[in-house]
Amino acid sequence: MNSPVPMTPVEGAAAQLDRLAAAFANARAEGRAALVTFVTAGDGDTAANLDALVAGGADIVELGMPFTDPMADGPAIQAANLRSLARGTTTADILAIATGFRQRHPNVPLILMGYANPMLRRGAEWFAGAARDAGADGVICVDIPPEEDGALGPALRETGLHLVRLATPTTDTARLPRVVDGASGFLYYVSVAGITGLQQAAQDSIEAAVARLKSATDLPIAVGFGVRTPDQAAAIGRVADGVVVGSAIVEIIAKHSVDAPAAVTEYVAGLARALRAEEG
Amino acid sequence: MTIPNSYRALPDERGHFGEFGGRYVAETLMPLILSLEQAYRSAKADPAFQAQFDDLLEHYVGRPSPLYYAERLTEELRKDAGLGKGAQIWFKRDELNHTGAHKINNCIGQILLAIRMGKTRIIAETGAGQHGVATATVCARFGLPCVIYMGAKDVERQQPNVFRMKLLGAEVRAVESGARTLKDAMNEALRDWVANVGDTFYIIGTAAGPHPYPELVRDFQSVIGREAREQMQARTGRLPDLLVAAIGGGSNAIGLFHPFLDDKDVAMLGVEAAGEGLDARHAASLAGGVPGVLHGNKTYLLQDEDGQIAEAHSISAGLDYPGIGPEHSWLKDIGRVDYTAVTDRQALDAFQLLCRTEGIIPALEPSHAIAAVAEKARDMDENAIILANLCGRGDKDIFTVAEALGVKI
Repeated sequence: MNSPVPMTPVEGAAAQLDRLAAAFANARAEGRAALVTFVTAGDGDTAANLDALVAGGADIVELGMPFTDPMADGPAIQAANLRSLARGTTTADILAIATGFRQRHPNVPLILMGYANPMLRRGAEWFAGAARDAGADGVICVDIPPEEDGALGPALRETGLHLVRLATPTTDTARLPRVVDGASGFLYYVSVAGITGLQQAAQDSIEAAVARLKSATDLPIAVGFGVRTPDQAAAIGRVADGVVVGSAIVEIIAKHSVDAPAAVTEYVAGLARALRAEEG
Repeated sequence: MTIPNSYRALPDERGHFGEFGGRYVAETLMPLILSLEQAYRSAKADPAFQAQFDDLLEHYVGRPSPLYYAERLTEELRKDAGLGKGAQIWFKRDELNHTGAHKINNCIGQILLAIRMGKTRIIAETGAGQHGVATATVCARFGLPCVIYMGAKDVERQQPNVFRMKLLGAEVRAVESGARTLKDAMNEALRDWVANVGDTFYIIGTAAGPHPYPELVRDFQSVIGREAREQMQARTGRLPDLLVAAIGGGSNAIGLFHPFLDDKDVAMLGVEAAGEGLDARHAASLAGGVPGVLHGNKTYLLQDEDGQIAEAHSISAGLDYPGIGPEHSWLKDIGRVDYTAVTDRQALDAFQLLCRTEGIIPALEPSHAIAAVAEKARDMDENAIILANLCGRGDKDIFTVAEALGVKI
């Protein structure tokens, strides 16, 4: 059965795994939360922007897979999806971006994040294999809840990739075990009932939620949605194992176009400093 | 769990019609979807709920809608049919409902459910504006605030319905994202819902979306088929040989078909929009799509090889959607219902044919069904009966039709 603890590497993938667990352990050893950052594949010079995230101090990178109908995303990431698709970004392009990242950054965990249809289009097994071959460590699928996870989750586990699940303010205590069952890598707490990039959750609600999640799982808890400022990141970092920042970075990429990498590094470095200032 | 030999036993308890349907939603919505399902189960079993629904359908919507024998259309089509050929054509007159289409049946059911669940704010998506008008109507009737999401492109081409919704007190929000049509309006409604889970009920307009929507919309629309079945038996002493209905998401079609699914001698034909042709821009998900996941359910979708959703096209804004209700996907795959597609041009011809032969101006959506009926009737025996759903009236479409015919009004 599925275990709620980080999965052990499967044979053959052992050499690369488990970068995610190592990243959280490393941050924990430094007495801080891990910094998880997001960009949309194919929006701007993605390779350069991914490098900029790492240069700025990101511990874990999420690579967004653009979709025509990103219904869980706010305006910033919606626009990034459409910009990317308008440039003709394909699934092959996204996988090539991941492959390039893995070659340049052998130790930085990479998560593919997106929607069900592009992931399932050629079959869940195909996608899991392609994601593994591209050097990804895990997958977040926004619109496959545990109830519909008959294909993707098993395929990822079979391949040795993590299935990172989402918990939300509406995930009640009765439902939480179901979400945690089959999840691995970390648990992503969506701190607001809403779409990406807009509202910010109150700190006390985040603290209560993280405590609730911790009582249900040993997985690291990363908190995202609406996190923008170093102060916010620092405050969340005091209670969570990871802080996820997405829309704010995507907005910087949209605003700075070719000069984005420098701006991204500067912004991410500010977040990383804030998390490190909480050290100890 | 399933009743053997019945086509009417699905979805299963997880909302699946074979491999189709399901609940592909973000985790934030999942608990809501589950509580909606619970509320619907309890409402379905509550005679008081059913009684209130029936009462409103009778006295507010104007049901039962007539079953009408289209004698002149039948004669017209017999002119170029062979000897002894040319089926009788009957219409279920759902265009005579309050608000002019079948959409209101579902809206009555869903707003009663919303009130039962204690929700105080209603949202909906709309394409042509018919579902938006029907939703705004029931919100006015029950005094609930209402926000309608409509693609900016549809707002431009359906101004009369936008004005109707505003007259009824709804706030119409033009959606500028994506292709600015129905699917984008649905995305935006889902985004609203996810951010307002506590007080908001989402009235989905077609038999699609996450479970239990395909089931409950079908159940509310099945009044069409139940009435038609009784009326046909009372008038002719028999069941029809063929049912025909247009399909966008497929709610009027499933509403007509479902009560007949276990009548093995009744054939059924769903008519998709072939737009400019199946080799050009169209909206025929079954004819030109493959299964995928969008808007909470697995179903046939127009999409590319990477799973990106294609933009649909039809002269009828109500059929202009790249997906279809999951029950239709299942009925197609098991072969219980046949599906065909009709072009913009064929629909325009059928629209004019019905105007001239029967004095009925149909909406462009059922005009697709009428085009398919005309095709079928010629080859069927003159004693055969075709029953088509006239699911909407054409007042809303006269500007579109005039433009397509090159007429300035």
